Amino acid sequence: MSKDEQRIRTAEHWARKIRLDIIDMCCRVGPERKAHPGGALSAADIVAALYFDKMRIDPDTPQWPDRDRFILSKGHTCPVLYAALANRGYFSKDLYGTLRRVDGNLQGHPDMRKTPGVDMTTGSLGHGLAAGAGIAMSAKIDRKDFRVFVLLGDGELQEGLVWESAMASPRLGLTNLTVIIDINRLQSGGSVEQILPLHPLREKWASFGWNTIEINGHHMEEILAALDLAVLEQERPTAILARTVKGKGVKFMEDDNSWHQRTLTEEEYCLAVKMLESGGSA
Amino acid sequence: MNTSQAKMGSTRKAAGQGVLELARAGRDVVAIAADTAKSMYTTLLEAEFPERAIDVGIAEQNMVMMAAGLASTGKIAYATSYSVFTSMRCSEQLRTFAAYPALNVNVIAGIGGYSGGIEGVTHLATEDLGIMRCIAGMTVFAPADAISTLQAVKAAADIPGPVYIRVGRDDSPVIFDDSYTFVPGIPVVHRKGSDVTILTCGLALAYVLEAADILEQAGISAEIIEMHTIKPVLQPEVVMESVTRTGRLLTVEEHNIVGGLATVAAEIMEGTGPFLFRKIGLADTYGESGTPEELRKKYGVEPSAVADTAKRLCT
Repeated sequence: MSKDEQRIRTAEHWARKIRLDIIDMCCRVGPERKAHPGGALSAADIVAALYFDKMRIDPDTPQWPDRDRFILSKGHTCPVLYAALANRGYFSKDLYGTLRRVDGNLQGHPDMRKTPGVDMTTGSLGHGLAAGAGIAMSAKIDRKDFRVFVLLGDGELQEGLVWESAMASPRLGLTNLTVIIDINRLQSGGSVEQILPLHPLREKWASFGWNTIEINGHHMEEILAALDLAVLEQERPTAILARTVKGKGVKFMEDDNSWHQRTLTEEEYCLAVKMLESGGSA
Repeated sequence: MNTSQAKMGSTRKAAGQGVLELARAGRDVVAIAADTAKSMYTTLLEAEFPERAIDVGIAEQNMVMMAAGLASTGKIAYATSYSVFTSMRCSEQLRTFAAYPALNVNVIAGIGGYSGGIEGVTHLATEDLGIMRCIAGMTVFAPADAISTLQAVKAAADIPGPVYIRVGRDDSPVIFDDSYTFVPGIPVVHRKGSDVTILTCGLALAYVLEAADILEQAGISAEIIEMHTIKPVLQPEVVMESVTRTGRLLTVEEHNIVGGLATVAAEIMEGTGPFLFRKIGLADTYGESGTPEELRKKYGVEPSAVADTAKRLCT
C-alpha cells in the first residue's frame, strides 16, 4: 500500500468508528432528549480526516497553545465531534452516556469549558467562522504557524454573520483559516433549495476573495487532497465546498430529514451497526 | 465643582489611551474596531503596535466574535464601537461566546447615555447597562470621566470574563485627579451628607455633584455615591448604610429607569426597611434628538433638575 493509500485507509477506518459512535450516542441519549444524527453522519468523513490526519494536535495537552483548532460551527451535530475527540483520546467513551444529561460533560451543543478538546463554544448557528477568524488572527499577530478549520452547514450560510466574516477574512490575510461547508442540502425545516437557495455557492466564496475547492465530502482521497491544498495556499483563506449526504452511511437515514433530530430505537441501532460494519451504503 | 469651569477630557480618547498603555506595558492586547478606529481612538494603539489593531468594517457581530476567538488564545481583546450597537446587536455574541465561556473580551462602548443625543434614538444607548447587567459573568462599568475611564479600561484586562465599559462622546468634565485609583466593584462616596443619598453613575456624576452644591445652598445635605461598577456591586453596604441613615434615596442615570442603576439600587435595598425613593431617568420610554445638554435638561439630569427632585424628596 502506498503512503497515500495508507493515509486514506486510516482516515476511513476512523470515519467508520466515528459513525458507529454517533449512532451509539444518538440511541443512548434516549427519546426524551433527542440528538442530531443526520448532520453528524454527513460530517463524519471530514471530521475524521481532520482529527486523524490533518490537524496538529496533542490529546494529552488539549490546551497546547500552538495546536491547530477545529470549530464545529454547526454545533447541533456535536456527536461527530465528541466521537472524534473520544476516539482520538481526549476523553473516555464512558462520557457518551452524559450527552444532554444534567451534570454531563457532553452538552447539547459544544462547550469549550466542559469538554476536553473543544476549542470553541458553538451552537448558535453562524458564529463559528468569525470566532475562527479571531483565532487565525491571533496566530498571525504572534507569527505562529497553527491553523484553524471551521465546519459549517449549508443551511447555516443563511446567517448574515457568516458573510461578515467571509468578507473580512481575506482582507485580514487569514491564509491559515479554512472553512469547510458540509453541503448536505437539508436544514431543520426542509430543503435548503426550497427554503433559501445558496447557489451559485462557489462563485459567492470566490468573489469574496477565497480560494475555493469543490469535493465529494465522503470521498476520503478528495477530502485529504483538498485539506492539503488548503494548507499550501499562501494568498487567501480557503473554502472547501463538500457535497455530502445527510445521514450518510446508514441507508435508512440517508437523505431522510426526519433524522435531523431523532433518537434511534434499539432495533434501528442494531440495523445501523450492521450497515456500518458491512460498509453500509458507501 | 462647577462643570462650566471644569477641565474637560474625552472618555473615548482616554479609553484608547488605556489600551495603548497596556500594550506599552507588555500586555498581550488586541483592539478591534467596526469602522470605529478613529472615533474610538484605537488609532492610538495602531500607531505604535499596528499588528495589534484591527478594523473589521461596519460589522459589530464579527468584531465581537473575532474578539472571542482572539481571547480564546489568551489575548486580551478590546472590541470598540458604540454602546447602542454593542449592547444590542452583539448581545448574543457577548452572552454566549464571551460571558458563558468566560473569555477576556472587553467592550469599550462609546456614545453612552445622552452623549449621542444629536443622532436621535437609533444612537442613544439607554438600555445598555440593563441588558449587559443581566448576562451572568459580565462586569459592567460606567466611569464618570476621562481619568476613571482610562483606569477602568486597564482594570478590565485583569478581570476574568468580559467587561462592558460605557463611555461618552464629546469632552466631558474631569472629576478625578491622577491620584485616583479605580477599584472595580467599590462604590465611591464623593460627598458625605445627612438628608438624602443620591446614587449615580457615568457622565451624570458631574451634574449630580453640581446639584449637591445647589442643595447645600438650600440647606439640604446630600450624600453623593458613584456606582461606577453597575455589576458586580462588591460593597452594597456603602449604599445600604447611607440610605438607612438619610432615609431618602434618589437615583440619577442616563438610562431607562427599568434595568439600570435604579434597579440595582432597589435590589441592594431590598428588605432594609422604609425609605423614600425617587428615580431620575427615562421613564420606560425613548429619548430623542437634541444636544446632550438639551436632553439632560428635558430628562432631569441637569444640576437644577436633580436639585429640584431632591428638594421635593426632602420636604
